[in-house]
Amino acid sequence: MRTMLQSEEQTLEDIYRPRPATVVRVEDMTRTEKLFELELDSGEPLGHMPGQFVEVSLAGIGEAPISISSSPTRGRRFELVVRRVGSLTRALHHLKPGDKVGIRGPFGTWFPVDTDLRGRDVIFICGGIGLVPVRSAIQYVVDNRTDYGHVFILFGARTPADRLFTDEYEQWCSPGEVTFLETVDKRDARWTGAEGVITTLIPCIRFDPARTVAVICGPPVMYRFVIVGLKERGMAEENIFVSLERRMKCGVGKCGHCQINHIYVCQKGPVFRLSEITDLEEAL
Amino acid sequence: MSVYKLNMEQLRNWVGRLIAERPVYGVRQKDERFVFGRLKKPEELRLDYDVTILPPKKYILPTRENLLAYQPGEHYESLWADEPFVLLGVHPYDFVAIRQLDLLFEREKPDEHYLRRRRAATIIVADVERASDNVFAGCVGTAVVKDAFDGLLTRVEDGYLLEVRGEKGEWLASLLESPSPANAAELSRRNDVWENNRRRLRKHELKVPPEQLGDLLRRSVDHPLWEEKARLCYSCGSCNLVCPTCYCFDVRDESDWSLDKGVRYRVWDGCLLEDFAMVAGGHNFRPTRAARYRHRYYRKGLYVPEMIGELACVGCGRCITACTAGIANPVEVYNRLQEEPHEDDAAE
Ligand SMILES: Cc1cc2nc3c(=O)[nH]c(=O)nc-3n(C[C@H](O)[C@H](O)[C@H](O)COP(=O)(O)OP(=O)(O)OC[C@H]3O[C@@H](n4cnc5c(N)ncnc54)[C@H](O)[C@@H]3O)c2cc1C
Ligand code: SF4
Ligand code: SF4
Ligand code: FES
Repeated sequence: MRTMLQSEEQTLEDIYRPRPATVVRVEDMTRTEKLFELELDSGEPLGHMPGQFVEVSLAGIGEAPISISSSPTRGRRFELVVRRVGSLTRALHHLKPGDKVGIRGPFGTWFPVDTDLRGRDVIFICGGIGLVPVRSAIQYVVDNRTDYGHVFILFGARTPADRLFTDEYEQWCSPGEVTFLETVDKRDARWTGAEGVITTLIPCIRFDPARTVAVICGPPVMYRFVIVGLKERGMAEENIFVSLERRMKCGVGKCGHCQINHIYVCQKGPVFRLSEITDLEEAL
Repeated sequence: MSVYKLNMEQLRNWVGRLIAERPVYGVRQKDERFVFGRLKKPEELRLDYDVTILPPKKYILPTRENLLAYQPGEHYESLWADEPFVLLGVHPYDFVAIRQLDLLFEREKPDEHYLRRRRAATIIVADVERASDNVFAGCVGTAVVKDAFDGLLTRVEDGYLLEVRGEKGEWLASLLESPSPANAAELSRRNDVWENNRRRLRKHELKVPPEQLGDLLRRSVDHPLWEEKARLCYSCGSCNLVCPTCYCFDVRDESDWSLDKGVRYRVWDGCLLEDFAMVAGGHNFRPTRAARYRHRYYRKGLYVPEMIGELACVGCGRCITACTAGIANPVEVYNRLQEEPHEDDAAE
């Protein structure tokens, strides 16, 4: 066997080198989240699928894995929503239109919008910032509406002020056959909607588990409870997809940080079919 | 295959010529112990060492390695290191470890930074002359290597045999003065050295056949041993630091005084360190010492073998020596799992 070590040809490709991109638009979403619309300087589309992520780089500060929040059906540009939590995300929040960032990726697996979801009813269950990657799939479904059955979107935020994409809900629902339900953990004076954790929304919807696929994304504590809620309603693990966060450094299956047992989340995830990871001790 | 016989003077002269041609990193004495370092003269070389503090991996995956240079405006340029060098006196188990890293950095998304350094290396393996206190290479099939090296040195009575392979090997042979081929008696002496090393590099006796380790680990997730051992663990990461097959890393940026130019580099990291799986906001995906402690044995015995088909512990014994808590002996751990199967697991 001839290995790459023996080959004289050196590929010039450097898996760690970001491509330059330009910030086109910045939008404040909440106190801690901002949306960035970006464009690769090469003019190429990013070439992603809903649920994948990029490594966003700022020279001198570092990189962070960030989900792609827009659907590839929406053109060459792409959107990221960044929560300010630490050094890199704080620096990103200072960016203005015209500023540059580095981009590696897209990386990872995606929500099976062209396979398992197709022709089925779909339940999206998102907690907080979990709506960010799922929005890409929601847009994809909305843009190919006739390919899917009924769509349920269940969204839970900590407080009314933490809700994301509030001006888009109407558009998501406009093609019809969409049930959008939301709740907040803690209401404020003006909130007239539901109060309670996200699992309280599951009994509110009627679906046929045999022809429904569920997609879950949220904070680590959320998964177990939501999965129990779905299984009680008869959903099989094969039809549940989860997107999992882990610490990531390289995004290319080398640095070891993202492992769940033997699985590199940056390669085999972040999107997993639940039945493929239930036996993994470190998964949920 | 060509095997040459070198007397001590020929060896010294040959090493001198290597040093004149390229940077040569070989084994030197440092206080009571041995380290790989740049050789300035042939007399510094100690082929009779037992084990080095750090494995020679550090020349191919440096403790700190610059990956990119950046300029204002998010311009990144790859920094390549491809200056040829020689690694002299690598023990077989450490060479097996490097071969494993080759597979890991090459698979799926090839890491050209690693591969270029690796291509630039000419590796001369040296058969073990003195067994270290904790070596168990004989139990895991890494006491002897028969191929993939560029040169192989084996001690015989009045000198060394040098086997060379491939293009780099030809270059090594071209630096020999009046090379004389080894005779049959000398070659048979070399076989004795190999036989002997397979038998004696077993300071700890692994009772689990290496190919059965994966299954043993699959059954042992809930074994009380993890908790029991990890109670004593300091999370210091020394067992990762000294291991020739560990390759996890962190990536960081360092700017120069102007703050707009600098380098992105990687540094060794260790899965035993407390914050290895911690994310922003403080959530730790491997929060307990037991889970981190267990992860290392699973990586060596199950996860990496699933990727490359070989046990990812080469039996150098460095972790055993390095662990001040006295809990890092892979042989002891694997034997215990075998001898005292966990009840729940055994019931399955
Ligand atoms: C697949 C994936 C998708 C993500 N999508 C989004 C998103 O769309 N929007 C968003 O706001 N956040 C997202 N995150 C989380 C985001 O990556 C972290 O908040 C970010 O890395 C924090 O970096 P920092 O430098 O600001 O924080 P700091 O606390 O300063 O970071 C400290 C160090 O920890 C590392 N680190 C911390 N948290 C994480 C983390 N969760 N994952 C990987 N490395 C981490 C950083 O690389 C850094 O080295 C995602 C994470 C993953 C794994
Ligand atoms: S060297 Fe010993 S004490 Fe330190 S992290 Fe490893 S097992 Fe724990
Ligand atoms: S686990 Fe220990 S004995 Fe095995 S290769 Fe690593 S340092 Fe050597
Ligand atoms: S992020 Fe480095 S291996 Fe997955």
